[in-house]
Amino acid sequence: MKARVHITLKTSVLDPQGKAISHALGALGFSGVDDVRQGKYIELEIDETDPEKAHQNVQSMCERLLANPVIEDYAIELDG
Amino acid sequence: MKAAVIVFPGSNCDRDIAVSLETAMGAPPAMVWHGDADIPKVDLIVVPGGFSYGDYLRSGAMAAHSPVMGEVKARADKGVPVLGICNGFQILTECGLLPGILMRNASLKFICRDVYLRVESNDSLFTSAYGKDDVIRIPMAHHDGNYFSDEATIERLEDNGQVAFRYCDETGAITTDANPNGSLRNIAGIYNETKTVLGMMPHPERLAETLLGGTDGRPMFDGLVEALG
Repeated sequence: MKARVHITLKTSVLDPQGKAISHALGALGFSGVDDVRQGKYIELEIDETDPEKAHQNVQSMCERLLANPVIEDYAIELDG
Repeated sequence: MKAAVIVFPGSNCDRDIAVSLETAMGAPPAMVWHGDADIPKVDLIVVPGGFSYGDYLRSGAMAAHSPVMGEVKARADKGVPVLGICNGFQILTECGLLPGILMRNASLKFICRDVYLRVESNDSLFTSAYGKDDVIRIPMAHHDGNYFSDEATIERLEDNGQVAFRYCDETGAITTDANPNGSLRNIAGIYNETKTVLGMMPHPERLAETLLGGTDGRPMFDGLVEALG
């Protein structure tokens, strides 16, 4: 099955890259963008067929490597 | 004193630190490849600067899980001093030997220049040859050196005297203008609770000989040899 992991900066953490993107959008004439936050998206193909086990497995991957809990949150989606 | 330098794919300051250590120790350090799970019996382990694993995922994230780091952690837990410089500092935070994380510089720019650091305390193996509040000039060269941790951790670091160096101006004043990368409280280097692990972003090994244009980094290595025999 496929696991999709979205990694985002915690809301309490400043995101200078997001801010730079926001300014660049403004410079290109896109108005009405109040805030931009940049994150990471990771797709994983995993052998596990039991969604509960798959979720546990990916959660463990997030905690140990994919995300840094000091500054990042993660969200896991499974399909297939 | 005997020392080991850990070498990762992408390390590029391993040779520099080896020269600084050899100058101070009178013998070369052991160079240990990241894939080796064993490190010779040494008095100091250095995790050098560079771009281990191309900074993939997050700076230091891959190296933190390489085979040799398990042994580095085990030695550190037994009290063997560990020094992480630049990418080495990033690796030490990613593997949990030091708290917090080094984020992208607030300016988003890679910054390569000399900076002034204030020695916050000299009661450690690493800083005993400096005076407290000494102002030293040390080069920095990084993209991800913006030190961040939650407020409770920062307070704990401050209360325990675990802040080793802060970015300052030439007079030693800790100002926003003297902060090159947005680090919380101008933090340039921190210790673990026992002050046997030091992580710092600037490179003392790059100004440790007159030929390089300065020697402000030299007392760190002389002090280590003095302390560790």
